[in-house]
Amino acid sequence: MPIHMLYFAWVRERIGVTEERVTPPDDVRDVAGLIAWLAGRSDGHAEAFAEPARLRAAVDQDFVALDAPIAGAREIAVFPPVTGG
Amino acid sequence: MIRIVVSPAPIDLPSEIAAAEAGGAGAVATFTGLVRADDGVDCLELEHYPGATEAALTRVAEQAVERWSLQGATIVHRVGPMRPGERIVFVAAAAPHRGDALAACAYLIDRLKTDAPFWKRETRGGTASWVEARESDTAAAARWSATGAG
Repeated sequence: MPIHMLYFAWVRERIGVTEERVTPPDDVRDVAGLIAWLAGRSDGHAEAFAEPARLRAAVDQDFVALDAPIAGAREIAVFPPVTGG
Repeated sequence: MIRIVVSPAPIDLPSEIAAAEAGGAGAVATFTGLVRADDGVDCLELEHYPGATEAALTRVAEQAVERWSLQGATIVHRVGPMRPGERIVFVAAAAPHRGDALAACAYLIDRLKTDAPFWKRETRGGTASWVEARESDTAAAARWSATGAG
């Protein structure tokens, strides 16, 4: 089943889209692996995901570490650390 | 008794305070955050994660209500472009007595700074840049986790 990807802040700007649907191969099992796989989609993805340590993620709207599994995920968001209100 | 609003509309202080006071509490503590007018920012734009933002703010408010037995907790957050002097955020805590209201009010604003998915972009002299996460915000939120805090 495809995953609905959402991007925010400078991640969104670098990739150039707010959202997209992707179907990663079976050997992509966690968020870090997904990010590494997505980095190959375009120059913008590669730029956005160049430093994984600067990225945060949410799986189905729950904030997770980058080693969190993605099995069964419907929506995954990737973004910079939040900067408050 | 929990009111959460995330909207590009300006924050109407009199109506928000009146709503917070309507629950019959003995004490209502409020905090208003404004776009600073003194550091050269022409425009502040706030991006958020629709759905996840409201859920995160609701969790923060529920935790405050549980911790201090509040009669009410309010978080109103503006998103989109704002000018210096405009209100970004309003929080209110209603409790039987001032101590709980003041502590819960501080908790609400400290927690939402680190727990809710907001990103700030500042424009100065025609150049826009994303604001980096602040260590001081993380420290302010962390103090509520310390033993005996609150």
